[in-house]
Amino acid sequence: MTALSTPRVLGAALVTAVVVVILSIQLNTFRDYQIAEIAIEVTAVAGLTVLTGLSGQISLGNGAFMAIGAYATALLTLHLNWPFYVVLVVSALVTAAAGGVVGVAAARLRGPYLAGATLLLGVALPSLAEAYPGVFGGDQGLDVNFTTPGFLGVNFPLTRWQAWVCSAVALVTLVLLANLGRSRVGRNWRAVRDDEVAAALAGVNVARARILAFVVSATCAGMAGALLAIVTGLVAPGAFTITLSIALLTAAVIGGLGTLPGAVWGSLVIVLVPTYATDVATSHGLSSSVASNIPVAAYGAVLIAVMLVFPQGIQGAVRWIAGLLGITSARSGRLVSAPEGDELPPSRHQALLTPGGDPPDPHEKEDTQ
Amino acid sequence: MKRSHRLGLPAIAVMTVAVCTVAACSSGGGSGGGSGNSSSAALTASAPGITATTITIGSHQPLTGPAAPGYSEIAPASAAYFAYVNAHGGVYGRDISYKYLDDAYNPTQTATVVRQLVLQDNVYAIFDGLGTPTHLAVESFLNSQKVPDVFVASGCDCWNNPTADPETFGWQLDYIREGKILGQYIAQHFSGKKIGYFYQDDEFGMDGVKGLDDEIPHSSVVSRESYDPTSTNIAPQVAALRASGAQVVVSFSIPAFTALLKLNSLKLGFSPTLAVSNVGSDPITLSGLLESFAKQGGATVNGNALTTGIITDGYTPSLGDTTNSWIALFKKVHDAYDAKAPFDGNVLYGMAVAYTFVQAMLKAGRNPTRADLVSAINGGLPQGPAIAPYAYSMTNHAGVTGAYIGVISNGVLQQKGPVLTTDTSASGTITTYSGTEPQAPASGIPAP
Repeated sequence: MTALSTPRVLGAALVTAVVVVILSIQLNTFRDYQIAEIAIEVTAVAGLTVLTGLSGQISLGNGAFMAIGAYATALLTLHLNWPFYVVLVVSALVTAAAGGVVGVAAARLRGPYLAGATLLLGVALPSLAEAYPGVFGGDQGLDVNFTTPGFLGVNFPLTRWQAWVCSAVALVTLVLLANLGRSRVGRNWRAVRDDEVAAALAGVNVARARILAFVVSATCAGMAGALLAIVTGLVAPGAFTITLSIALLTAAVIGGLGTLPGAVWGSLVIVLVPTYATDVATSHGLSSSVASNIPVAAYGAVLIAVMLVFPQGIQGAVRWIAGLLGITSARSGRLVSAPEGDELPPSRHQALLTPGGDPPDPHEKEDTQ
Repeated sequence: MKRSHRLGLPAIAVMTVAVCTVAACSSGGGSGGGSGNSSSAALTASAPGITATTITIGSHQPLTGPAAPGYSEIAPASAAYFAYVNAHGGVYGRDISYKYLDDAYNPTQTATVVRQLVLQDNVYAIFDGLGTPTHLAVESFLNSQKVPDVFVASGCDCWNNPTADPETFGWQLDYIREGKILGQYIAQHFSGKKIGYFYQDDEFGMDGVKGLDDEIPHSSVVSRESYDPTSTNIAPQVAALRASGAQVVVSFSIPAFTALLKLNSLKLGFSPTLAVSNVGSDPITLSGLLESFAKQGGATVNGNALTTGIITDGYTPSLGDTTNSWIALFKKVHDAYDAKAPFDGNVLYGMAVAYTFVQAMLKAGRNPTRADLVSAINGGLPQGPAIAPYAYSMTNHAGVTGAYIGVISNGVLQQKGPVLTTDTSASGTITTYSGTEPQAPASGIPAP
């Protein structure tokens, strides 16, 4: 059934990769750095949006998984000096294992209890670095040495190479998640999200599906953490506060929960709005106490505006506009007209925060199998 | 299934659009530079961030977030001093443009804003970047880019590493020297008394303790309690200090935790002699915090009464010494350019470090390259607003080398005894500084 689509997805990924390479050469080195930041954010948010949007579990602790990936990268680079692609894979595996452990606990929790448990993880885990300064470098953190490979020559900008590496990981992650989302695993997640009892009766192992979703989400966060480590060159607990975990969830919600394009939109907002707002604020000669709060205010305003106007996030808006313009490709036309399985209908947003969830939605039923 | 590629294709399409958006945004970030178009023909665009008319420098500061109260006053105070210099002829006729961005004390944001300043805004130097964990996130980047990284706002000894980080310079008295000077005073004046330590469990507190241990005999230290700055419950530590029978408590704490230490001690009826490091003892900040914390707990206290008797040290003139020429100068600049902020230790700090930067820029020459600024500081800087000389040389990138002991009395720091200077080694002796602090120049601007 996916015979046609997989080559198309891969083709699109290749085209995007070429575009990223061209842009990274055209733009200044700070924009390269921002491309890298966006790609890191996409990697983490895509994992979270799959967890929350597809399997219906919430996580306020994905920043902690990023910390695990980042510290694994720092320690492996520092002590073993392995090449980065090996470090990336091992860091992802380490975080996957951590995600599995958390997932076992999370599979038993619902709604606010799950939110609370993962919040605890997000708050507590980064403090371990301060508790064991001998291993994790304490408050100062660990340095991560990352350089351009020799074949690119000495004058190749490091930020461009970072943009390439991060974008490559983000694209591969998106392709894999897209495949996973429409495979049996993805259908099981949606079935569990919509009605656990029905899913169990249909032969889905509910606990296993939920744990697997956590593992996938944690793996993505771990890779994002590994990328963050090589891009900033330092891993310190101050980078993994609870604000990070909440920013990831915010990006997923602003972009459109449960949709991979939404993960990209959300990441763009999270990375670009503060920088843009800072530029605007400082260039208009506002007093420093006002100017310094503009980015935070802009971030809040965007969140409120998106939630009020497009409760399904920016991706919901994109589909709505596509519908208005009469773009009636089979795909976008159908998406606008009826809610479907891989996106979260409005009632589900509440269901996430309500113990026990809410009654099954008849619209969703046929989609789950 | 027909919808099989639905998750994938739009995602990748959006990624493409996303990257294009970045491209669109970047149109504003073109090249700076420009050639000399002012009347003064001799001034050239000699380095990134320097044009014939301006010197653009950047910084990362905690303008929002938990570290902002107090510390967010520093950069505006520096900017106020630069505005004063600009209004009085600038640096060889060039205006200083100071762009400081908020990093919310988060190292990831520090990495982003400093790259923005260096790679996009093409600043000449990074000046007074605030915080140890934050600045460490950009130290190697700045050195690899050969961007002068001058006068880091942190007392970590780690900025003094001229071999590995030749571009980086500290400024304020480092915590090891400070610990030694405070420790010697306590060892001399409270000999035979039981001493307790209270310190922040990071580089700041541990460097301070290292200095204290060089001077205070280990046998007289009866308790060593540390705190985590993210947890405000320090009742167990204060109870342990009390139980140990400590008669003197030496505290390497930030202002909020100095206030909490004082209030928790009060609650337990524990009243040791308190000695506090410079960063945690600004009387105005401390008094305000004591009163507001007590109010939150439903009590009323007199902040100035509670801070009276605290032993501390200072490396700039005391704010209470209104006859001091530096205090008079900075008060004048404050009233003209930064009047909304309180005239407290943070403002004094921001102005004093800005003065030092102008000294260094004047020494770097009329048309300086980035390397000229670094070698100007490597050649040493004359003593300015600080009460002790700087250590700057080819082989030493530490800043102020000494301090005086003072006691807070009625909200004002009163100097007790002479200025003492030392080094960071355990065996290095503490000597009385024989020189006197120079007067502030009448113009308010250092002589070239």
